[in-house]
Amino acid sequence: MSYEELDTEELRTRAAEIRARFPEGRERSALLPLLHLVQSVEGKVTPNGVRFCAEQLGITRAQVGAVATFYTMYKRRTGGKHLVSVCTNTLCGMMGGDKTYKALSEHLGVGHEETTEDGSITLEHAECLAACDYAPVLTVDYEFYNNVDEEKGLEIVKRLQAGEIPMPDRGATPAGLAGIGEQLAGYGDGRPGAVAENATGEPTLRGARLAADHGISVPGFDPNTPIPSKQEGK
Amino acid sequence: MSPSQDVLNKLTPVLTKRWLSPDAWRINTYEKLDGYQGLKKALKAHPDDLIQLVKDSGLRGRGGAGFPTGLKWSFIPQNDGKPHYLVVNADEGEPGTCKDLPLMMNDPHSLIEGVIITCYAIRAERAYIYIRGEAVHAARRLRNAVAEAYARGYLGRNILGTGLNVELVVHSGAGAYICGEETALLDSLEGFRGQPRLKPPFPATHGLYSSPTVVNNVGTIASVPYIVLGGVDWWRQMGTEKSSGPMIYSLSGRVVNPGQYECTMGITLRELLELAGGMQPGHELKFWTPGGSSTPMFTAEHLDVPLDFDSVAAQGSMLGTTATQIFSDQDCPVYATYRWIEFYAHESCGKCTPCREGNYWMVRILRRILSGQGTHDDLDTLLDACDNLLGRSFCALGDGATSPVTSSIKYFKQDYLDYIEGRTKPLLDARELVGAH
Repeated sequence: MSYEELDTEELRTRAAEIRARFPEGRERSALLPLLHLVQSVEGKVTPNGVRFCAEQLGITRAQVGAVATFYTMYKRRTGGKHLVSVCTNTLCGMMGGDKTYKALSEHLGVGHEETTEDGSITLEHAECLAACDYAPVLTVDYEFYNNVDEEKGLEIVKRLQAGEIPMPDRGATPAGLAGIGEQLAGYGDGRPGAVAENATGEPTLRGARLAADHGISVPGFDPNTPIPSKQEGK
Repeated sequence: MSPSQDVLNKLTPVLTKRWLSPDAWRINTYEKLDGYQGLKKALKAHPDDLIQLVKDSGLRGRGGAGFPTGLKWSFIPQNDGKPHYLVVNADEGEPGTCKDLPLMMNDPHSLIEGVIITCYAIRAERAYIYIRGEAVHAARRLRNAVAEAYARGYLGRNILGTGLNVELVVHSGAGAYICGEETALLDSLEGFRGQPRLKPPFPATHGLYSSPTVVNNVGTIASVPYIVLGGVDWWRQMGTEKSSGPMIYSLSGRVVNPGQYECTMGITLRELLELAGGMQPGHELKFWTPGGSSTPMFTAEHLDVPLDFDSVAAQGSMLGTTATQIFSDQDCPVYATYRWIEFYAHESCGKCTPCREGNYWMVRILRRILSGQGTHDDLDTLLDACDNLLGRSFCALGDGATSPVTSSIKYFKQDYLDYIEGRTKPLLDARELVGAH
């Protein structure tokens, strides 16, 4: 994509909307969302994407590049249609995540941050995805699959390779990497119903459910309890 | 076996209660379940009285450090002519921690309501929720809720006709654990690499854009509406004298029913395990983290330590994020430590030499030990590296990295020696390693 193809009226409008989220003179704060935005258009952060951010914020390309290379979610190589991330941090890894990652890597014939020849999947091993009560976990385009062993992991990627999209256990239908970038840039999910798509799993609710089943609540809650005041004349 | 009544009575469903209502993330349902009542009540009070209320409640930060929340708010200089900011730290990523994302998924409005009340108390007109980039599912719900709150007049200009203005932006990160550190988060939010700042000055006076800023965790801010509604006495019936209120304990690992258990602060792991159905069959508790991987590990000896800020500290660890990762006799503490250190090595931002180099070398030493090629000197070298790390970096990431190393050598030195002296079969073949990315 040439710079002229990237630098459209539409993208400039979006960039202005993003800058407006911050106080006047503090527009540089828009850099992370802008990088997500250009990545959603080009699939990665390219020299043109860097230039677009720099021009929109009045900073140098070197300043943009320094930031883009710091964060793992900005990709410098074209990824596949879907990003499959297997948690191999300590707990998930020891409970089976390491084995699942290895099985997926062998099946797909790719390693960390590599993309399959057909362009369907980029594989990565991820650090703690903050879903340890569902360990071991895997995400597709950052949507969650719970308690994934080798078999379940292989089924997920085989279906992705066949062009199907298996529904995640938690989160919405994987949108593909391109579809996620706009949301990361701070926009709502435009797909009808996507925000409702989610099946909260039992581990999330366990404590609350246990309390409810046994009729336990914190006694004495009175929403009209006065707020003590030291202010005169209030 | 179901838990005893004594242990069941330690459950305190407050922040998690609404999660059972499947549509609580929608504003209509939220409003029916006491939603935004705390805001309406708070707006009738004087902001200084709200700060005092939160001080009196004894609420301490839920993000790991446990700093008194009301005190933090009171550090914001008033009538200084500068804009004030509230920044919510939703960059959940400490290994084992998984309490904030479910809150934002299932009850996002409680966080938004807390944000508005806090802004009113500290006189801030702008708030940012910095949410971890990978948490797309939670950010989606949160952004939807923010849009709903604007449409209902809870956010924006002249909120509920009171003249209060609050603009709230949900800002996604881009994959850097270090941004969970408050000053690195601020740098990231300003559009820079997420690297920590030297403190002092603290964010209370020089935070976002060098202006007075409160940085609080999701759970801290989401607690505020309940304190406003229920009052100090109601809140303080939960927890202990110095660690008041309920806390969401996240149980993961080798337990029958892993999950989120909101309990009175000061519950023990023995009691939590009873709630969670015990250890998985065939697994015996060997080691566990009281609050994420940055808190020194505990063993079966610590089953009865009250999990509140001071009791855990007295036993040489930290309450952290109450992320109890539970490992059994079938898990190797040396391997666990190695994987955690790989994580810290990857996530070190590189600013401070002790953290950047120390973690790099500790990974190599641990790998050597696990490959059966370690020496007795390696243990001393690891401890020496930790000595050079602890307290010698700008932020707590470096300190946190020493926790698994020193605590595992303290409690499981024999496991290290068994690799070094050839009694344990090498666990790693260097070619098979799954490294941190």
